[in-house]
Amino acid sequence: MVQNLFYFLSFLAVLSALMVILSKNPIHSVLYLILTFFTLSGHYILLNAQFLSIVNLIVYAGAIMVLFLFTIMFLNLKDDSFTGSRLFFHLGSGLVVFTLAGLIILKVATAPIAVADDAHFDSQIGMVENLGKVLYSKFLVPFELVSVLFLSAMVGAVMLGRREKGEKNF
Amino acid sequence: MELYLFLAKGTIILLIFGITLLIATYSTYAERKVAGFIQDRLGPNRAGPWGIWQPLADAGKMFFKQDFIPARASKWLFIAGPSLAMLTACLTSCVIPFGDTLDLSFLGIEKPVAIQGIDVNIGILYVFGLVSLGVYGVMIGGWASNNKFSLLGAIRAASQNISYELAMSLSIIAIIMITGSLSVSEIIKDQDTFFKWNIFRQPVGFIIFIICAFAECNRTPFDLPECETELIGGYHTEYSSMKLGFYLFAEYINMFVSSAVISALYFGGYHFPGESIVAGLLPEGALGHNLMTLIGVGAFFGKILFFIFFFMWVRWTIARFRYDQLMNLGWKSLIPLAIANILVTGAVLLALPEIKGYISSL
Repeated sequence: MVQNLFYFLSFLAVLSALMVILSKNPIHSVLYLILTFFTLSGHYILLNAQFLSIVNLIVYAGAIMVLFLFTIMFLNLKDDSFTGSRLFFHLGSGLVVFTLAGLIILKVATAPIAVADDAHFDSQIGMVENLGKVLYSKFLVPFELVSVLFLSAMVGAVMLGRREKGEKNF
Repeated sequence: MELYLFLAKGTIILLIFGITLLIATYSTYAERKVAGFIQDRLGPNRAGPWGIWQPLADAGKMFFKQDFIPARASKWLFIAGPSLAMLTACLTSCVIPFGDTLDLSFLGIEKPVAIQGIDVNIGILYVFGLVSLGVYGVMIGGWASNNKFSLLGAIRAASQNISYELAMSLSIIAIIMITGSLSVSEIIKDQDTFFKWNIFRQPVGFIIFIICAFAECNRTPFDLPECETELIGGYHTEYSSMKLGFYLFAEYINMFVSSAVISALYFGGYHFPGESIVAGLLPEGALGHNLMTLIGVGAFFGKILFFIFFFMWVRWTIARFRYDQLMNLGWKSLIPLAIANILVTGAVLLALPEIKGYISSL
């Protein structure tokens, strides 16, 4: 049952991830990307990481992708305004993609397969209580550093978005 | 008796779903009756006695209207928009416990059965997850219509929703800190006596939450996504027939769900004042426990209906905001207030054991 669900979710994840890059319309790409996040959340639930799964939905599917949609909806993508050498563009992007994909596949194929340690396995590790305890004791310093990083990103975004002197007031 | 447990749970889930739809249906009728009452009119009174078949007549009208899809619209997304709005609205009520447990030991079910769809560890976050996904129904519908006004209406609705979601989530954090759990049933169990209701422990949080709930449901005074003078009909300008009906109906379901969440988080859910007196009057054992649970369910629905009435009351009392006022209220007042509320709650939670220890040592 769980295994079938895993295969179904994986199939859906790969399919929707492929559709992100294959679909012609950028809005469809964004919607497929949201579907991909859903399938990944399903995988997290199969791993009993409920908190991670719902936070993935709220933050990525619910907030970040909405902003993606916002931006793309306002762009006028009808006319193909790409000028320059098409061959060069295709060759360059192909080279980058294949190098990256090759490196990843090489790394994954040669990585040792982890075996579940039944003796020390704790199925409750993904629950909110346990996650909170671990984050605020064992990983306190990195966790706080990440929050400082977020804060500086927020301040940066506000600074960039601020209306400058003499700029048009909409 | 796995089969009986399955049947009992299935019945409860179907009942919750059915009651959600029924209350949402009759909210449309109640809305016009309340409007009539407040404006000293009669309201709908033609279909059946006191007009109680009005929702059915409306639904019939919606179904028989021409289902029109604009020529250059994106067809599949045009259909997906209202479907998504309806789907996310219907899914939310499954984590809300509408009552305490039922003792069904006479059917051979040993564990008490909770009157709740599923009791998940992440409870309230599930509700927020679905609320944040509700934006897609509006945005997809608005974009797929291939109409500038629809698109602008959708953008406006979506930015309003995501702005108020932040303050809403922040106001909940203070409750989670007090209870120490994300599960809605745990939050209700923590409010077992009248003075432990979260409205007394979190008055500021409650005010923030209810304002945000109004904004999330697109209700007046924050019904900015619809505006005849600026946006025609907003994101559903191009919609007709039952697709439009689904958008409007989803709003009523959202109203029911927000009322249920407000009652559960701040007004003790199925608890009511004088519970111990009522419990003393009832017989011992399973029968008394079940009766008590049913009275609790009644109390919960009473609170929910009051808040639905409150939503309508506000609609005919308070004038709507301007869009910049809405954004200023959300970002510059509610979010800082919610953060201050979290800090104060944290400080009080830390100081309270110290003060209690000091008083007892005197």
